Amino acid sequence: MKLELYTQAVIAGLVVGFLARLRMLRTDYRQYPTYPHGQVIHLSLGMIAAALGSVAVPALLDRNYTAVTFLTLAAQQFREVRNMERETLSKLDQMELVPRGSSYIEGIAMVFEGRNYIVIFAAFVTSLAVILGGWISGLLAGAVMIWLSGRLRSGKYLGEIADISEGVLRLEGPNLYVDDIYLMNVGLLDDQERIRRHGLGIIIKPRDKDSRVTISNIGQRQAILHDVSAIMGVYRDTGEPALVPISKRDVQDGRLGLLILPQTRDAQMAIEVIKRVPVLESAVRMPTEIGEN
Amino acid sequence: MGTIEKAILAVVTRDMERVAGGAPIFYAETEREMEHLAFTLEKILDGMAHRLDPVTMIIVRHA
Repeated sequence: MKLELYTQAVIAGLVVGFLARLRMLRTDYRQYPTYPHGQVIHLSLGMIAAALGSVAVPALLDRNYTAVTFLTLAAQQFREVRNMERETLSKLDQMELVPRGSSYIEGIAMVFEGRNYIVIFAAFVTSLAVILGGWISGLLAGAVMIWLSGRLRSGKYLGEIADISEGVLRLEGPNLYVDDIYLMNVGLLDDQERIRRHGLGIIIKPRDKDSRVTISNIGQRQAILHDVSAIMGVYRDTGEPALVPISKRDVQDGRLGLLILPQTRDAQMAIEVIKRVPVLESAVRMPTEIGEN
Repeated sequence: MGTIEKAILAVVTRDMERVAGGAPIFYAETEREMEHLAFTLEKILDGMAHRLDPVTMIIVRHA
């Protein structure tokens, strides 16, 4: 009878953990993880994580304390997941016209590792709830955990920390500016003409001191350029080194000037896309947190 | 991005007096010829053409 309760708990934990992973796995416009095999990998790993989390509770209640040590094995395993993601993405990045950059890749890899721990936690809590309070409380705990995992899925977006507007691209001789921010020296008249025709200038203005540091991060800037290029297409090819989307910073006030070369020239859409670029965890700094001392 | 290794791959000029050094130097008679040379070199070398002054261009590889 007792064993049966434990079995119920494990099954409940497994199901909730798996659902939590499913909820946190969303292949969106970035097309990562790649569908369907990339997803299969992560769902399977999520299943394993859920099993680990839900089994831990009965093991503990049976005073089988050594069983907890295999959770460390799990941690090892999921660090491996992070390495795997990092390696795959870094390799793929070399084949991109506008690469993601290592900060973006690190951010994605970190998320994959973190989500497995959330799955373990969700399975653990659900399993515990079933043992302590039966099916009803298990169901409730499961629902709360799945809701919570959904909340944890998304971080901040660039639109929340900065104002994005269109800037005017202008060429002074070979020098390219967006509004007053210097971008680069374009030597060929042909390239100048093509940038004039297809280029789009964007200004990103940080809202406060903290976001000024965040958007100055080179990884964050590369992430912006990658996302815009991934969604709006890019007017570029190998052997066209001058047609490169770039970002430069106004060192005075921390504004960012962007040259993007979308396939279709639509400033409004570009602004919307940039607003939805994720803020990279590794780029966030909080100079205002230092306080009075 | 990040640490960028830059290298001057070639120099295109209309005034041989103004340039010298390690990179290959291409001489052009006219502005049109200079544009054309730089254009071709840019595509071949996969380096970007920059204009230093009215009579000199360099082809630079970034990253």
